[in-house]
Amino acid sequence: MSMNSVGRPTRPETAANDAPAATATLTGARGLLQDEPLIFELGGWDKSGVDLPEATGVDDALDGLLRHEPIGLPGLSEPETMRHYVRLSQKNHAIDLALYPLGSCTMKHNPRLNEKMARLPGFADIHPLQPVSTVQGALGLMDQLAHWLKTLTGMPAVALSPKAGAHGELCGLLAIRAAHEAKGQGHRKTVLAPTSAHGTNPATAAFAGYTVKEIAQTEDGRVDLADMASKLGPDVAAIMVTNPNTCGLFEREVIEIARLAHEAGAYFYCDGANFNAIVGRVRPGDLGVDAMHINLHKTFSTPHGGGGPGAGPVVLSEALAAYAPTPWVVNTGDGFKLVEHETEEASAAFGRLCAFNGQMGMYVRALSYMLSHGADGLRQVAEDAVLNANYIKARLSDVMSAAFPDGPCMHEALFDDAWLEGTGVTTLDFAKAMIDEGFHPMTMYFPLVVHGAMLIEPTETESKYELDRFIAALRALAGAAKAGDVDRFKNAPTQAPLRRLDETLAARKPRLKWSPVSSAPLAAE
Amino acid sequence: MRYLPLTRDDRAEMLSAIGVKSIDDLFVDVPAAARRTGFVDLPLHAGELEVERELSALAARNRTAGSGPFFCGAGAYRHHVPASVDHIIQRSEFLTSYTPYQPEIAQGTLQVLFEFQTQVSALTGLEVANASLYDGSTGAAEAVMMANRINRRGKAVLSGGLHPHYVRSIETLAHAAGVVTETLAAAVDAEAAVIDAIDADTACVVVQTPNVFGTVTDVTKIAEAAHAAGALLIVVTTEAVSYGLLKSPGEMGADIAVAEGQSIGNGLNFGGPYVGLFACREKYMRQIPGRLCGETVDADGRRGFVLTLSTREQHIRRDKATSNICTNSGLCALAFTIHMSLLGEQGLRRLAALNHDRARKLKAALTAVPGVEVLTDRYFNEIAVRLPRDAAEVVETLAGNGVIAGVPYSRLAPHAGMDDVLLLAATELTSDGDIAILQKALTKVIAQ
Repeated sequence: MSMNSVGRPTRPETAANDAPAATATLTGARGLLQDEPLIFELGGWDKSGVDLPEATGVDDALDGLLRHEPIGLPGLSEPETMRHYVRLSQKNHAIDLALYPLGSCTMKHNPRLNEKMARLPGFADIHPLQPVSTVQGALGLMDQLAHWLKTLTGMPAVALSPKAGAHGELCGLLAIRAAHEAKGQGHRKTVLAPTSAHGTNPATAAFAGYTVKEIAQTEDGRVDLADMASKLGPDVAAIMVTNPNTCGLFEREVIEIARLAHEAGAYFYCDGANFNAIVGRVRPGDLGVDAMHINLHKTFSTPHGGGGPGAGPVVLSEALAAYAPTPWVVNTGDGFKLVEHETEEASAAFGRLCAFNGQMGMYVRALSYMLSHGADGLRQVAEDAVLNANYIKARLSDVMSAAFPDGPCMHEALFDDAWLEGTGVTTLDFAKAMIDEGFHPMTMYFPLVVHGAMLIEPTETESKYELDRFIAALRALAGAAKAGDVDRFKNAPTQAPLRRLDETLAARKPRLKWSPVSSAPLAAE
Repeated sequence: MRYLPLTRDDRAEMLSAIGVKSIDDLFVDVPAAARRTGFVDLPLHAGELEVERELSALAARNRTAGSGPFFCGAGAYRHHVPASVDHIIQRSEFLTSYTPYQPEIAQGTLQVLFEFQTQVSALTGLEVANASLYDGSTGAAEAVMMANRINRRGKAVLSGGLHPHYVRSIETLAHAAGVVTETLAAAVDAEAAVIDAIDADTACVVVQTPNVFGTVTDVTKIAEAAHAAGALLIVVTTEAVSYGLLKSPGEMGADIAVAEGQSIGNGLNFGGPYVGLFACREKYMRQIPGRLCGETVDADGRRGFVLTLSTREQHIRRDKATSNICTNSGLCALAFTIHMSLLGEQGLRRLAALNHDRARKLKAALTAVPGVEVLTDRYFNEIAVRLPRDAAEVVETLAGNGVIAGVPYSRLAPHAGMDDVLLLAATELTSDGDIAILQKALTKVIAQ
């Protein structure tokens, strides 16, 4: 079996007995599970689904600058386009179909009101560089969103522009860096992060010019204070701690963590990916946090869209507020102003993270969600998210092994693979078998501190009915694994549009685009 | 609470299954000092009707681009998007799915990404494209980081024709990573000047075509000069429609092409979310930031797609990753791909020609306004003009008359000494009537 560096199998194994073949159809088609060609195999090279008039000519100044070679873009009529993309869509699992329990990802329901609001022409059809006098409503919305974020976190400032969580991490670290440089502490070049951190934490720190040192973890899945204290020193710029952490646990000593960091002259960056567990109940500002990003696509329900767009505004403490990047909105009392440049009033800003004003479309959706829930609803969100996770943990702990069985978890329940020992079934196999039972797998092999990790985050938008269905499926699978029904797992999935895919082959012979000369299928060696 | 399915009875039953008395027992790990009882100081929940009313009132306080003659470009363009695009991207399976980490049940998203990468590769004329970045500006900053990873020379030269927001985005990230940036003076026809700035420390030069003033440049000679000195050429494009008419970056010798893809399939949205296009030569494939989708087969030998070469990425390589990016712009990339599939080769060429055609009309109209000097000679769909007055004031005055006349360059770069320069874009949505109204209004304002 081929494995990657974290011991995750990357190539399907051939099972002892192949799964029984379904009755073959006459054409090789599979009902609703059609193989769908690529547009390059479907499209006409002289066809278009858009009617446009012929243009009249080109300015002579463009002589020698024009493209004469074919581009290589097929076109489809509208009915062909609809059918192609609708067929493709049916190969995807989605929140609207069933539970999507990816730990750390907060796959909650995406209210359609948010979509409707974001598509109001007054938000969707405005240009980022229109005169500020003509976009007062947009700036007002940003100001209102900022107010909600600051109030919920108990922090005095927020930078809205980061375009995703990792971009927010970068924003926070650049603010920290600017603060150190302003104090003549530019020599601080180390960032501490726990081994359990999201990969984005060390990646961001390195991207921002820092060296990363890992902090050990205690037996009970939390930051090892003694280890952290021993690594804090005059070279440390910041600690990056996720709270609740990636094991789904609240860092009980978080206030002490902040105190130790501050005492050593470092800042406390909090990864806010798991804010859903505490929104409305705990304010990070009360914990000593200096900077924290908030994934609007997690806690505030903006859709994940198959991998973005997201948004990652960063709340900042008093110590860091002055270094926030441009742009930001100022409520002058007589309308809103947009500060876009490092001028007098933004002299300490560390720079700019992206063109324009960040993810406006996501701001609208997030505010729509906030207004819908209100202060009372958001508190209920945290409570139900934590309740659902603990319910799953309680109902599965007798058949699977909880990584941290003592005490409650927060918004996600973490299991390891100790309970699979001797079955021949891996975490990956177990996850693939969940697909056949109609569920998206949980996050696997993360966090790295737990062997064969399975991280389950149900979110608050799952009904008890769906949770019970999920629990029943996992209990049945656990029983099958322990009863030696290994083939079921090795062959899984058999009910998905495709069976297990060969990731090793994809990496060994990278084929990253369609080409007419290489349209023959890849073959395993 | 319409989004919360649990009932009071459910909660009681679940607490008892867990074996605790109250929800507070599940929050015991939170330090007492940080536990908040009651609600934070914010309004309580509201029904759909109230939320809609409140947000609609905010939306109504914005002047939409479609409500009158409109000439703003400068990195974000108002184009027509076919109705089917927005319909498809709102399908549950695309809208409410996650990053395709479980490929067997994400083939929809993955095949779209494979199509997207193929389209971007074709448009840019470069061998390998990724599955999107946040937008053009962050893509440009990532490209500079990537170039420096490749040759470790430590300096980037930025053309004076590069969009000032892109300049600041690059400078901000470069400063953190210890890469020196040299930004040349802004000029309407600025790209060729980078040649003189190339030296032995130059990791890359960054040029833009069409540039922020609208100028189209054949960068072939810049590519030759960069390569002769061992530097990489990064070509930025903020108007993806221009690929339908102009030579591709790859054809002119670019090593990395970065573009803002908003023009295809995506609305203005006040600046985001947008979609960054990123492509490079094959030899740099393993240095690419972000996600890559690749072809493979399943256990039955059927073709399928997976995220691949992920040892470049943060979730595997952590502090050694090529970038920290995780979430990108999946749904915007989908919109791009659907729109591009509808257009096809013929449609894109027509759309590009039409955009250029509208800009020709616009240029002719502005040339006829006394006191206005057209600065851009080789343009695609955007031009810069010099006004006899402060451009920001003129724009503000015209906005009062119902015309959004474009972007004053000073809005992008207040201290460039170009307060009299105005940037105007025309697209297929710009009518003859719009141009006539602008011409008349501008003539009047300038004469005052």
